[in-house]
Amino acid sequence: MSRLEKIEAKKVFQSSTNSLSEVRAFVTGYARKFGFGEKEAAEISLAVDEACTNVIKHAYKGEVKAQFEVVIRAHESEFSIIVRDWGLSFDPDSVQIPNVLEFAKTHKRGGFGIYLMKKLMDSVEYKEKRTANEVRLVRYLKHEPEE
Amino acid sequence: MNDFKVLTRESGKAVVVNLQGFLDAHTAPDLERVFSDLVKGGKFNIVVNFKDLNYISSAGLGVFMAFIDEVRSNNGDIKLAELQPKVYNVFDLLGFPILYEIYSTQDEALQKFNS
Repeated sequence: MSRLEKIEAKKVFQSSTNSLSEVRAFVTGYARKFGFGEKEAAEISLAVDEACTNVIKHAYKGEVKAQFEVVIRAHESEFSIIVRDWGLSFDPDSVQIPNVLEFAKTHKRGGFGIYLMKKLMDSVEYKEKRTANEVRLVRYLKHEPEE
Repeated sequence: MNDFKVLTRESGKAVVVNLQGFLDAHTAPDLERVFSDLVKGGKFNIVVNFKDLNYISSAGLGVFMAFIDEVRSNNGDIKLAELQPKVYNVFDLLGFPILYEIYSTQDEALQKFNS
């Protein structure tokens, strides 16, 4: 696959944790096609899993009839994934980056997902639009594409 | 890529929990049930073997965090063994090696409880 070719792919998923394995397979497939190695593709897939889990748990408060979509756009060296939902918006700045030791003391769950996304991707951007919420995750291919 | 299994067995003074497959937000409740049952049953010496675990997300990590305090306050521990590099990577990104004892082999972890 040439890096000059563009990838544009979109898939709609049910807002259920049951969809997560399918999301990971969707993302991993395109990440590998784009030229990321196995480890990088796994990291990208994990970041998207975290983003989608947040949507499932928070945007729709577990309502399984709702849907979200995952859009992959890649060209040149940029591989971007947009997770789009039409549920409740959420302020990522309100989530404190957890300290592992403090977490153990306070028993607070959550927060690790966003932290992982930011560690695994080159950029994570949240957008609240009039009709939809989006999180855009970007990772750059910094080497020659791997087969 | 959705399968997850938890197998438990007693080993001396500890319980070994073997994880298989994919631990994410969908399958994390299964692990939560296992830990909950162990703790209710007074089993606080736990070794988790990760050799057959292919994937973990923050939901899975959250299950460990939910029980570690109770286990340790009962003089027990959750020790981790045989993590695959890709799973260890996720633990490491979150700084978990500070909070958990991680061993290359199950036997090393068990020795800590059984000695």
